Amino acid sequence: MNNLKISRIKRKLIQIAAFGFSNIHASNLASAKIYIGKWKYFCNPGLNCYSCPAATLSCPIGALQAVNGSMKFGFSFYIVGFLLAVGVLFGRLICGFICPFGLVQELIGKIPLPKFHLPKWMTYIKYGVLLWFVLLWPWIIKSQNLFGIGDPTFCKYICPAGLLLGGVPLLVGDSNLHQVIGPIFSIKLVILITVLIGCMIVIRFFCKVLCPLGAIYGLLNKISFYQLHVDKTICTGCGICAHACPMDVKPAVTENSAECIRCGECAHACPHQAIHLGFFKDSKK
Amino acid sequence: MNFLRKKAISILVLILSILGMIYGCSRGELSVVLGKAVTVCLECIGLG
Repeated sequence: MNNLKISRIKRKLIQIAAFGFSNIHASNLASAKIYIGKWKYFCNPGLNCYSCPAATLSCPIGALQAVNGSMKFGFSFYIVGFLLAVGVLFGRLICGFICPFGLVQELIGKIPLPKFHLPKWMTYIKYGVLLWFVLLWPWIIKSQNLFGIGDPTFCKYICPAGLLLGGVPLLVGDSNLHQVIGPIFSIKLVILITVLIGCMIVIRFFCKVLCPLGAIYGLLNKISFYQLHVDKTICTGCGICAHACPMDVKPAVTENSAECIRCGECAHACPHQAIHLGFFKDSKK
Repeated sequence: MNFLRKKAISILVLILSILGMIYGCSRGELSVVLGKAVTVCLECIGLG
């Protein structure tokens, strides 16, 4: 077995382990109850809805909106600190190895359909989603609310992970919930179907276009301790790494692009072994 | 020393983020997170 296959299997095993731990309470799916233990004080570094019956940890984006939109606090130092700490240590390595919804997207992407590349401008949409749906809109709603309570607008109107991993299992397990299906459900269902189809024809469509968590970690990719390093003395600029990249990054040109999820495909594709990934890689020279 | 200079911003962000987490925990943000996470948020999953 060659190094590329071993590396891919290792990454997949880590993703499965992270998904398994994030959703270890799978037995709750049958009863449509959610886990209510103390692990939910802590956030998952990846995207995993805390209203999913199987979920162990809190969703960082949901928790950020919850604390920012609470009557008691206007800004969450705990969640922002957590996201910055994870981002500055690992960058988008979290997306490539830990994120449960990242694994779901990769598995959907295995469906044998032609794969397309997105125009670069579409990758900027997620920054707009972060700014508007996660930060500004909940804040505007809170400032106009009589009781000073915000709304989790990203979860409410966008998040396909919430509907897929939380809403659908709860609807299947608890028929009483059918009565509370409202118009927002239709909006979210359309978004979920669009994302699922998107993931079939574009690798990690949601990560590239909509994920606010990926946007935060992406912004920290350049300064994260975990880095991708291209040895320019060896690199011939052949472009094989760019061809191998599932995130449409050109590693030889933009080493620490905000889109790079540190999956390592480029490093294994490089015929000259010019690409290395790891902690403190950029300090070696 | 060279490493510290190159990574000064990263180290600063890491220190600030850890201080932020400690401050957030000390003023009771954890209870808000737990309170939200242990009840089914219908609007979060598209049902409300």
